[in-house]
Amino acid sequence: MASTPVRNKSFSTVNSDDIIYFKKILGEKGVVEEEEKLDDANTDWLRKYKGSSKLMLQPRSTQEVSQILHYCNSRCLAVVPQGGNTGLVGGSIPVFDEVIINLRSMNNILSFDKVSGILVCEAGCILENLISFLDNEGFIMPLDLGAKGSCQIGGNVSTNAGGLRLIRYGSLHGSVLGLEAVLANGTVLDMLGTLRKDNTGYDLKHLFIGSEGSLGIVTKVSILTPPKLSSVNLAFLACKDYTSCQKLLSAAKTKLGEILSAFEFLDINAMDLVLKHLDGLRDPLPSSKHNFYILIETTGSTESHDKEKLEAFLLQSIESGLLTDGVLAQDINQASAFWRIREGIPEALMKAGAVYKYDLSLPPEKMYDLVEEMRGCLGAEANVVAYGHLGDGNLHLNISTRQYDDSILTKIEPFVYEWTSKHRGSISAEHGLGLMKANKIHYSKSLETVQLMADIKKLLDPNGILNPYKVLPTSVLPQRGEEEPKKEA
Amino acid sequence: MGHLGWTDLWCVLIRPPNKASRLCTETASMRIMVAIKRVIDYAVKIRVKPDKSGVETSNVKMSMNPFCEIALEEALRIKESGRASEVVAVSVGPAQCVDTLRTGLAMGADRAIHVEFPGTLYPLSIAKILKALVDAEKPGLLLLGKQAIDDDCNQTGQMIAGLLKWPQGTFASKVVLDEENKVATVDREVDGGLETLCLDLPAVITTDLRLNQPRYASLPNIMKAKSKVIKKLTPQDLNIEIRSDLEVVQVTDPPKRKAGVILSSVDELIDKLKNEARVL
Repeated sequence: MASTPVRNKSFSTVNSDDIIYFKKILGEKGVVEEEEKLDDANTDWLRKYKGSSKLMLQPRSTQEVSQILHYCNSRCLAVVPQGGNTGLVGGSIPVFDEVIINLRSMNNILSFDKVSGILVCEAGCILENLISFLDNEGFIMPLDLGAKGSCQIGGNVSTNAGGLRLIRYGSLHGSVLGLEAVLANGTVLDMLGTLRKDNTGYDLKHLFIGSEGSLGIVTKVSILTPPKLSSVNLAFLACKDYTSCQKLLSAAKTKLGEILSAFEFLDINAMDLVLKHLDGLRDPLPSSKHNFYILIETTGSTESHDKEKLEAFLLQSIESGLLTDGVLAQDINQASAFWRIREGIPEALMKAGAVYKYDLSLPPEKMYDLVEEMRGCLGAEANVVAYGHLGDGNLHLNISTRQYDDSILTKIEPFVYEWTSKHRGSISAEHGLGLMKANKIHYSKSLETVQLMADIKKLLDPNGILNPYKVLPTSVLPQRGEEEPKKEA
Repeated sequence: MGHLGWTDLWCVLIRPPNKASRLCTETASMRIMVAIKRVIDYAVKIRVKPDKSGVETSNVKMSMNPFCEIALEEALRIKESGRASEVVAVSVGPAQCVDTLRTGLAMGADRAIHVEFPGTLYPLSIAKILKALVDAEKPGLLLLGKQAIDDDCNQTGQMIAGLLKWPQGTFASKVVLDEENKVATVDREVDGGLETLCLDLPAVITTDLRLNQPRYASLPNIMKAKSKVIKKLTPQDLNIEIRSDLEVVQVTDPPKRKAGVILSSVDELIDKLKNEARVL
């Protein structure tokens, strides 16, 4: 694997006095030292990274989070904020023996305004539970992702999670109205506004959205939720080449307009993998093999209007040759079956063996060129699988092999990052930097920008205890007790 | 003008004889009628109306009853195997039933009939309407779902078989047609296992979950469906008077399940079983 970090000598190690203190604040149940539970908390979802923490804390309130952090900061104990542990870049697990602060016990819904749709809840609420709660009220969450059964809203916000509906509801930077966060020294920042508009001063909540727990621990979230519209239609389509996929996207944006709510793609390798490794799924278009599959979802308030619009668009697309075939889900069960195919790809990749996962933002017209170049480069050595949020210009490039093999890795990196950088793309569209890409930020951000990020990190977390070794490169962050790196003149 | 030459004989031989062919392809011209119902989508969370008069249906996703879908799929497969020539989908209900019939046409039904009636309908009324349609259309086979997921009545198939005096094979998990002997062999899922019946055609068959997996509506078929006919009728056209022998008095949620109690010792368990539950 790529360069491994070295444990920061300035961090202390947990001792028995620390345990006594934590038990006093959190009670017996809030302090976890059993190996089995720690094993899970130390390992990421991909089973690619494993830490060696000996302690997990489960606070039940913002006050407890504040007390723990204040204590850890004074003792110089490094911590890892953890939610559902479904991250894909090794950002939610310890690298060494950092104390895990898991927010699962902070799972209360605090308030919901049925008129405005503003939901206020604690950071440990599981996304799927919020979706169910809102369903009863006639609303939905503005984001949806395959990990919804386990991921927590605090983690979603801290990583600025994207997902399947970003094309319709925008990113969390838009839908999060406020949040409450605790800084490294225990200071509680109450920015939990529920106002749609508030231009009073610098909007600091944006610093915590997407900074992956490195600037503070998010404890409460206030989010604007869209009303649940009754008419949802889903089409599973086939295209013969990537150019058709792009043209279909443009046509969908124009012809479907306001009712378009998702536009996803998967290539033939992704389809084959899912059908092979997951049970109970069948090919919606079994009559022939297709190179590209597209999922188009529309959400609106009038069933007849939406269905008519979608059918007219699809039939026109077939006539003009953009589509070669397709099926339309006739009920919710069929729609779920189609989504399971797209959402099941990460799981299928896990079952297939080792996977090198890349999440890139690229200009839509260039996106598949990278996939083909990668395929040409690796040949029979690996299965190059591509899928993603085509509507957002986000490619999930996955290279599947039976085992991890450094010789294959050298063919992939830094080629993928350099290619992306050359086309002014992002080396992490939505997964974040975490541990995996901690030293790769310069492929997508300028030196001056990264330096300012480091200054902000130093201001908010001078001891560097929050989620160390991640997000920003070690070259810009001073190790405590060492000289600061020389700044550019 | 002269005697028949070879070419004349050749022409006679290749022209298909009329009456004879009609006889041996009689079963292949069999029509299948499938009754389908528009219900609240299976995956929707049902909510009772505040006035307890029924369940909330406004702004709620409606779809074809899953068992009806299976019935239609079976009819299509029989037609595709050459044992039937036409599949007719029928539905009784309000104007929006047309949407469900369109889905049926998009799956592959040849034509559809909508008997429009906006009010509440119970199985006996449906059975009477279906009988009138069967008398008019003369299908060799009538397929229905075993029950609708909204009322779970499981009565219509049995009632119509009674009205028509046709044999019935309900809860079918397998259907095999023997066109030569004009019988259908039906495997039924019953409490004790599987029961196999042999029915003379015409017959009524109601479908169960494991009979087949319905196909998706493909875009080419959706396109073809737009030119297929949906005939509109009313119960009056069929000389049927819809009479409600039942009246729904109240609809309520089932009582909420009480939370269990976690006990701390076996002694406490025995005490509760003895003194509270009184089972010891």
